[in-house]
Amino acid sequence: MNLILPFVVGALVAAGLYMMMRRSSIKLLIGFALLSHGANLLVFSAGGLVRGGAPLIEQGESLPPAAHADPLPQALVLTAMVISFGVLAFAIALVLRTYRETKTDDVDKMTTTER
Amino acid sequence: MTLFFLAPFLLAPLLPLLDRWFGNKAGWLIACVPILIGIYYGDLWWSLPAGEERTSVSWAWAPQLGLRLTLMIDGLGLFFVLLITAVGALVSIYASGYLAGHDRLGRFHAYMMFFMGAMLGIVLAGNLLTLYMCWELTSLASFLLIGFDNERREARAAATQALVTTAVGGLCLLAGFVLLGLAADSFELTDVLARKDAIQRHGSYPAIVVLVLIGAFTKSAQFPFHFWLPNAMEAPTPVSAYLHSATMVKAGIFLVARLTPALGGTPLWAGTLTTVGAVTMFVGAYLAFFEHDLKGVLAYLTINVLGTLMMLLGFGTPLAVQAAMVYLVAHALYKGALFLVAGIVDHATGTRDLRKMAGLIRRLPLTGAVALAAALSMAGVAPTFGYVAKEVFLDAVWHAPFVPILLTVVSVVSSILLVAGAGRVGIGPFFGRPTQDECDPPGMTMQVAPLVLAVAGVVTGLAPQTLMGPLLGPALEPIAGEPVKMYLTLWHGVGVPFVLSLVVLAAGIACYIVRGSLQRHLAGSLAVARWGPAKWYEWSLAGLYWVADWQTRMLQPGRLPRYVFVTSSVLLLLTIEEIVLRGGLREHYPGIDVRPHEAFAAVLIPAAALVAAASRSRLASVAALGVVGYGVAWLFSIFSAPDLAATQIVIESLTVILFVLAFARLPKYTLASSPRRRLRDALLAGAVGIVLTLLLLQATHEPHPPPISEWYVEHSVPAAHGRNIVNVILVDFRALDTLGEITVLATAAIGVWMLVRLSAQAPAKREGYE
Repeated sequence: MNLILPFVVGALVAAGLYMMMRRSSIKLLIGFALLSHGANLLVFSAGGLVRGGAPLIEQGESLPPAAHADPLPQALVLTAMVISFGVLAFAIALVLRTYRETKTDDVDKMTTTER
Repeated sequence: MTLFFLAPFLLAPLLPLLDRWFGNKAGWLIACVPILIGIYYGDLWWSLPAGEERTSVSWAWAPQLGLRLTLMIDGLGLFFVLLITAVGALVSIYASGYLAGHDRLGRFHAYMMFFMGAMLGIVLAGNLLTLYMCWELTSLASFLLIGFDNERREARAAATQALVTTAVGGLCLLAGFVLLGLAADSFELTDVLARKDAIQRHGSYPAIVVLVLIGAFTKSAQFPFHFWLPNAMEAPTPVSAYLHSATMVKAGIFLVARLTPALGGTPLWAGTLTTVGAVTMFVGAYLAFFEHDLKGVLAYLTINVLGTLMMLLGFGTPLAVQAAMVYLVAHALYKGALFLVAGIVDHATGTRDLRKMAGLIRRLPLTGAVALAAALSMAGVAPTFGYVAKEVFLDAVWHAPFVPILLTVVSVVSSILLVAGAGRVGIGPFFGRPTQDECDPPGMTMQVAPLVLAVAGVVTGLAPQTLMGPLLGPALEPIAGEPVKMYLTLWHGVGVPFVLSLVVLAAGIACYIVRGSLQRHLAGSLAVARWGPAKWYEWSLAGLYWVADWQTRMLQPGRLPRYVFVTSSVLLLLTIEEIVLRGGLREHYPGIDVRPHEAFAAVLIPAAALVAAASRSRLASVAALGVVGYGVAWLFSIFSAPDLAATQIVIESLTVILFVLAFARLPKYTLASSPRRRLRDALLAGAVGIVLTLLLLQATHEPHPPPISEWYVEHSVPAAHGRNIVNVILVDFRALDTLGEITVLATAAIGVWMLVRLSAQAPAKREGYE
């Protein structure tokens, strides 16, 4: 059994949350990226971990090797990774724009939509 | 039955049209609706064999919850139906005179019709939840009608107060009904009423009684919830006469009467009802004595009567139940008449202050006669129906099952004040030297209703058994649970009630004559009211606003860090609570199996995350983020996920590039938060991380459920001709999901493009569309 991922996930989530509680919107972005990594690993580990058993089927076979990794969590994580990248890219653009408009990156000062 | 039940609700929206076509005559037409409904139910009931009820289940709303629209008619229900429809018909005629020319008269009629439908629903309900729904609908109608003059601040405040008070009670009632339904194992009223023993043995019986009675007490303005009723006098007078005197405030009385067979007969039930009723009876009569507003006096005296009725129902003896119903009819007749008179006087003189009125009978002879007749009934002077009622009332109190002497004293004192009140509203304004010259005589439409009510009060007094017996007898049966022998008569012979009656009358007249000096001498006692229930209402409302304000400021300050903080704290506490409730985590870690390079990754990634979080340089932060991303990719490749590893590497590279590009236009890091805040956040974030780690350790060592992906694995080659199962799942089996994902990415890309492009434009151009 594997003891690695729980610690990695815990550390990533802790660092991500800490950064999301900062006032700088740039730190918020980095926190978001860290939290995404943590969440992806969490889902990944939920399927159980297997070494050297990629869910690939050899030429001429119709089934993968007996001790193969569960492909479903991998498919889910792949989707999640791409989506979180999309959201992160959008968030970076948003922060850029917000800084341009408000001349601040302090989210505590962004409590209203009025300019 | 369903059709007639729904009729008022269906007709209500049409009434404004009727008002537009027929003007002031609309009231007469509208009055036909309650009359027809009354006749229908009367016919329905009288065609039944004696002593039976008819139930009709019309609509199973949510049968699994016991929520059905069930209607049921029995003697008690019919009694209230006739009261509601008769007064309703009279009031709608009166209202079209009272509000003649008002531009929202049609809407007024619609609200009143809506109210009538809801009120009929209460008394015809055959299911607890049906009853509750109609109960709340009447509160809603009351809110709309009290606040009918919505331009006036006082009217709006009074409407809110009535709604809040009755809705709080309504929620208690709902809780009580749910418990009651569970205890009786059915929400159908016939079942509930038949399962008295099961309910009263049930552990939640005390809670049921308390909750149901709070509902009844708020609705029927019992002490200490009585304060909303005098304020409700902000409503147009027809509303006061109909809702806040004759019908809606009797809903609590009806509820207590209806549930007596199931809940009654215990010391808790009888004691609570008697105590609260007696206190309310006295408080109402006492406060009425110091009130100078005509409608205010009537409102406090209504509270007095409602208290009397509650107390009588609390006794639970057949005699007391009979007294309650007789008293209820008498009150509806004389109080309805007096309220309508108050409206006429208000219209004619422009004031409702009793101290400014005298000698009005010369200008308003018919109204004066009506007021006099009603006041005599109220004071319990023979030969009115009020006299009959007062005799049975005093008889029932004298024979009360507990503390009869004390209760008799309280009742007599309250009755004395009631007689004085009758004098103040029925005689004071009409006799003596006229104080006003200007006086508009009322139209015929306004005279009819009070006249009918007052005449009925006298006629029924002359032949009480013949006229009221057939109606009241069957109404008592469902309350007492057995046929009740009753005989009403004007002359009972000289007994205790008769003597008490004479004492009350004499003392009441004396009290009326010396009212001025009495009021002055006792005025000091009203200082108590400054700390009374009306204040409790204000304080609790202010407290509620303060808490809501505080909570919003704490939880929703509009600052992202706070939201993350609150969410994380709640997540942490709930998780810990769940772990503790389940008896902690089981710690057994069989066969630890970690290879050296994995251990290296497990140290590297958290270390890089720490650097990303703690660094004061943006570039170091992003570089550390990149290390984290590549580390994660490495883990993916170790644990048999080559596709994930490849994708992760591409995405991580793009992310780092994006960040670095963005930094050119963004400010450097600053240390914005205080060290204390940083420590606090770090502790919270660390705690969440630790709990999550522990939880995951537990989860990974639980036996894994069998994967649900067998099907995908087996069909990958035969069905989809693909050898990379993850890819096959994404682009073949779950292709639609992937299409959704692509849509999200496309949307994000458009968003990014818009944000970047718009910010590239010159500010001057942007002003064009602002």
